[in-house]
Amino acid sequence: MPADTDPSTASRPRGGRPKLAVWKFASCDGCQLTLLDCEDELLGIAGQVEISYFLEASSAAGPGPYDLSLVEGSITTEDDARRIRHVREVSRRLVTIGACATSGGIQALRNHADVTEFLSVVYARPDYIRTLDTSTAISAHVPVDFELRGCPIDRGQLIEVICAHLSGRTPDVPAHSVCFECKRRGTVCVVVARGTPCLGPVTHAGCGALCPAYGRGCYGCFGPSDSTNFPAFVPLLRRDGMDTLDVRRVLSTFNTAAPEFDAAARKDPQT
Amino acid sequence: MTDRDTTTAVIGKDGVDALISVLAGRGRTVVGPTVRDGAIVLAELTRGDELPYGWGVELEAGHYRLRAREDGAAFANSAGPNSWKTFLHPQRERQWTAERRTGSGDDTDTDSREAWVVVPDETPSRSYAFLGVRPCDLRAIAIQDRVLTGGPYADRAYRGRRERAFLVVVECTEPGATCFCVSMGAGPGVDGGSDASYDLALTEVVDAAGHRFHVRAGSAEGAAVLAELPHRPADDTTAAAARERVAAAAGRMGRTMPEVDLRALMRDSLGAERWNDVAARCLTCGNCTMVCPTCFCTSAEDVTDLTGDHTERWRRWESCFDLEFTHLPGGTVRSSSSSRYRQWCTHKLGTWHDQFGSSGCVGCGRCVVWCPVGIDITEEAHALADERAAGEGGTS
Repeated sequence: MPADTDPSTASRPRGGRPKLAVWKFASCDGCQLTLLDCEDELLGIAGQVEISYFLEASSAAGPGPYDLSLVEGSITTEDDARRIRHVREVSRRLVTIGACATSGGIQALRNHADVTEFLSVVYARPDYIRTLDTSTAISAHVPVDFELRGCPIDRGQLIEVICAHLSGRTPDVPAHSVCFECKRRGTVCVVVARGTPCLGPVTHAGCGALCPAYGRGCYGCFGPSDSTNFPAFVPLLRRDGMDTLDVRRVLSTFNTAAPEFDAAARKDPQT
Repeated sequence: MTDRDTTTAVIGKDGVDALISVLAGRGRTVVGPTVRDGAIVLAELTRGDELPYGWGVELEAGHYRLRAREDGAAFANSAGPNSWKTFLHPQRERQWTAERRTGSGDDTDTDSREAWVVVPDETPSRSYAFLGVRPCDLRAIAIQDRVLTGGPYADRAYRGRRERAFLVVVECTEPGATCFCVSMGAGPGVDGGSDASYDLALTEVVDAAGHRFHVRAGSAEGAAVLAELPHRPADDTTAAAARERVAAAAGRMGRTMPEVDLRALMRDSLGAERWNDVAARCLTCGNCTMVCPTCFCTSAEDVTDLTGDHTERWRRWESCFDLEFTHLPGGTVRSSSSSRYRQWCTHKLGTWHDQFGSSGCVGCGRCVVWCPVGIDITEEAHALADERAAGEGGTS
């Protein structure tokens, strides 16, 4: 559900600093920690925005409404589904941070499985557990102003999103492939020069092409790029040694429920 | 170039070592080929033994492997993953910075109004020496010269780097399986009509008489540098061996373009079925444009800091395979893969002539090698030529 993204409506409010809130749903907290990890910039951020609601950092929760809400995590319970509607109501702009909030996260592996069976195997008292059958992205429930990719998100991109919000401009967060970042960085292509399976050609940029810089293939942490061609790409993974199960697994990680990854993983690559 | 200095000489490996130290001593950052991460890349060099002595390459569409060579040659390998544009037209460059000057609140006083003070980025250009510029890449530099400095809005930063660069060409004696410089008239020799000047041109010869380099000076500075190297006068045997090796290389191109007017072929092929065929294979990942030594497109991004009082404009490499490249208020103009591949191919081989007076392709083969799925521009051009011929046959 796209929200009204007119950048002219987002900027510094008159009088006082804009209020920032950070919300958590089903997630590992790694993306919120990225904000705390902005060591050099954290004081600058705190000087420009009022960090009003951020339970990971402080139990002092300021009242809404908030100018900018950063939302981590996916929707996995009825309570989550109610709470995200509240978050939307009290937020002028809502930005999802990370793979869970943007595509449902690793926990979306449940989407094609039998959750009742999981409950009976995992929990001594399954009747204590109240959960949905699916893990879904925030955008499946409320309008979202911007989605920041990654598992976890990139620190520099998070700061860029906050700076862009403060200036009322569009964040500079390209949606093209990781290959762009590899080539700009001067990394030798691991597919062409080594035959290493790599999700780079179909994966959204943002990490700075970290894994190929260390000689490993891309794991797709940032989910699909804005222009993918899986029917042409999957045979490349197979050429480089992946069998049907490998292909399914490599596409079924942090962004398993991203529609492009999901469709490619569930299609028999042999056909 | 009629005024070229015709000084010739022969140098050994010690001469190449000396060349690097002499150029560094003249204040230049020496860049040349070296083995890194399983490929022969272009990087800063400090010593001659960093050159890829004893390394060749095995190339195919979507495939690159290093192969040891018994003859110990340093330059018996064709284009690697990066090109000289990495240094002359870097992937990211700041254009200017701007600071907000806080106003006094009195808007009637012009000097105290809030205003932006813009400071252009004028970092002094580095002075490079490029060692091992292949004739195809010399042509590519000449093409980028025309694109970036040939018009009314010259790129001053590029021009600064270009004017200060010292070019050591090494003629090609070992073309790869993906090379087609002969089809594009860009090599393998330096006198094959390349339109950029060079300072020194080397041809590597390894035979029973030893490992040596035939050298020609192409500029006064080139001749002066050559005079500082341990060298001996060029002998007829070495000169002839150098000529023979380059001539033989011309006959060993791994690829050819169809022998038709490619510009006309592109113009006639805008509606070809082949674009859909290639689109089914293309990942639109942008690799071909990033490795191409002539692709020059960039985007400009303005960034602000947290305070909003400091802003910068950065230019970075962009690609016609990126959806954002043609994003206008109404949406993306070239949304299909076929339209994006067609744009790249027809520009490179066709409309580049209209814009810049030459083809945009030099036949280096990088786009063929570094395409993960091995899409081959020569194969596509042959297919387009066949499709046009079949169409003409069908209508006559």
